[in-house]
Amino acid sequence: MASKILLEAKDIVKHYPVTRGLLQRTVGWVRALDGVSFSVEHGKSLSIVGESGAGKTTIARQILLLEKLTSGSIFFEGQDLNKMTPAEIKAVYRPKVHYVQQNPWSSMNPRMRVRDVVGEPLFVNTKQSKKKVYEEVGTLLEQVGIGAEGMNRYPHEFSGGQRQRIAVARALALNPSLLVLDEPVSALDVSIRAQIMNLFKDLQDKFNLAFIVIAHNLATVRYMSHTVAIMYLGQLVEYGDSEALFEHPLHPYTRALISASQLTLPEDSEGKAKQIILTGEMPSPLNPPPGCRFHTRCSEASDKCSRDVPEMHKIGKQQVKCHHYD
Amino acid sequence: MVLQVEDLHTSFFTKMGEVKAVDGISFHVRERETFGIVGESGCGKSVTGLSIMRLLPEPSGQIVSGKIILEGKNLVELSKKHMRAYRGKVVSMILQDPMTSLNPVYTIGDQVGEAVRMHQDLPENMVEAEVIDVLRLLRIPAPEVRLKEYPFQLSGGMKQRVVGAIAMSCRPRLLIADEPTTALDATIQAQYIALFEDIQEKTNVAIIFITHDFGVVARICDRVGVMYAGKIIETAPTRDIFKNPKHPYTIALIKSVPQLDKKDDRLFSIEGQPPSMMNLPKGCRFCPRCHVALDICKEQEPPEVKISENRSVSCWRVK
Repeated sequence: MASKILLEAKDIVKHYPVTRGLLQRTVGWVRALDGVSFSVEHGKSLSIVGESGAGKTTIARQILLLEKLTSGSIFFEGQDLNKMTPAEIKAVYRPKVHYVQQNPWSSMNPRMRVRDVVGEPLFVNTKQSKKKVYEEVGTLLEQVGIGAEGMNRYPHEFSGGQRQRIAVARALALNPSLLVLDEPVSALDVSIRAQIMNLFKDLQDKFNLAFIVIAHNLATVRYMSHTVAIMYLGQLVEYGDSEALFEHPLHPYTRALISASQLTLPEDSEGKAKQIILTGEMPSPLNPPPGCRFHTRCSEASDKCSRDVPEMHKIGKQQVKCHHYD
Repeated sequence: MVLQVEDLHTSFFTKMGEVKAVDGISFHVRERETFGIVGESGCGKSVTGLSIMRLLPEPSGQIVSGKIILEGKNLVELSKKHMRAYRGKVVSMILQDPMTSLNPVYTIGDQVGEAVRMHQDLPENMVEAEVIDVLRLLRIPAPEVRLKEYPFQLSGGMKQRVVGAIAMSCRPRLLIADEPTTALDATIQAQYIALFEDIQEKTNVAIIFITHDFGVVARICDRVGVMYAGKIIETAPTRDIFKNPKHPYTIALIKSVPQLDKKDDRLFSIEGQPPSMMNLPKGCRFCPRCHVALDICKEQEPPEVKISENRSVSCWRVK
């Protein structure tokens, strides 16, 4: 039986050099990712949540192989991507993993018709005739709710929500098994967001697609995902089953994030009293604090937290990196 | 009453014709009250803010008719020169993106000091103390040091506080905040909202909070106006908007926001899109997307009906 796991990242690390001067000497490292592990199963979604600078987009860049990892490895259907040749990657990996960007206004060439925008992956990767490709584009556009007649128009003729649908059609063109969605709805209006999120769910069921969703809005994430990874300053602080994590958040940072996204009514003084408002901001990844990286903002931090690096503890369906669970 | 807007019409006159961005809206804001304007992009919420500030891009954007009465003065009738004395002193504004509202080549002290120098008759040696004071009001740590720093040295959240400090520097009576937390991260957003409450308590300022995010509305606003295609379609105290929304658009909008404490299998979604402002439907503007539309909705625009002391709705279904 084939393994259920589609993609797995093991202890991936990405450090970017900071250079200075004429000789571009390296004076420091931005530790964008520091030992992150996660996995995605066929047909399931993993959400990666964190504030800006936490390293979410860096993860996406590693999965899409836009950069070389500093260390660690990514496995796709059990194969180590580090050990694959460029030709193998192009033949095996690239057609299976696609990307939908945050901003549908900048992700399409304004001078290409929609049929060419969506058809491009097909032109590049298959040797089908133009006519065949456009036929397929028509089906793709139907699937995302645009309709084949949109094919001959230009991207600017569509609204934000529709453009995001077109971007999804393009990502689906090669029949992928994994989509990386980078903040897929945050550029859209509230009433349109729900439409697009429902579309993602339908597509997932229909094509057994796996998603890696990068997001900062927890409510969106809860709706979309099976597994959630909470990131802080280049590391996972909590990871696990979505239901369990939202019902019983273990890490103080997760609790603060959830509290920050909860709907509290003005006269709900009980809810207000329970609100957790973090002080300070995320430290720079150039110089992360020693011990637990979150200790500078944590209200429950002890001496140990500023001294020792916490380990990942497994608690039920969740994993948490915090000294309170030692 | 700090601000009273009566039947405000603001239009943009373009080559392709008149775009009625704000088409007859009325609302008021009391002292120490936060009034939220919620709506999707293009509904006219920002244009409402800019109209009150009289900062519409001229000559295309113009207030066609209506009154904006701030502290007893009708701002629509003020001369440009007169308005300058008001802007920043009596009414001020915070914009969405702190990265673009600050000038990168001046220090924080210069930029906050500019408004102080302009509007307050203070001797130069007192300006700095005043600036430090207002930076403290915005809870900016170590204001004496920050004063000499440039915007690039600050984080996004800190920059937005500096923008807030500029807006609050002359202790205005009305503050218009246009999506001030949208560009900020969730935990920083929570900090910023708590800060607003604190400032309001200390200065009694009236706030108009423009946003698309109902979560933010719930946290900070006392009353809310929901805008759709240039009109306020429902006004109500925040609690009532959530517990008992009346207009089909408000109901649908609140339903379509995913909520953290419950997991739905499928989100409720409003089909279609807001109408183009160049080509509005004849009757109720929400009619083409409305599930409960009546025949009359297609023909006539619904009047605004006052259903209680603090609530009004524009819908043929609500009597």
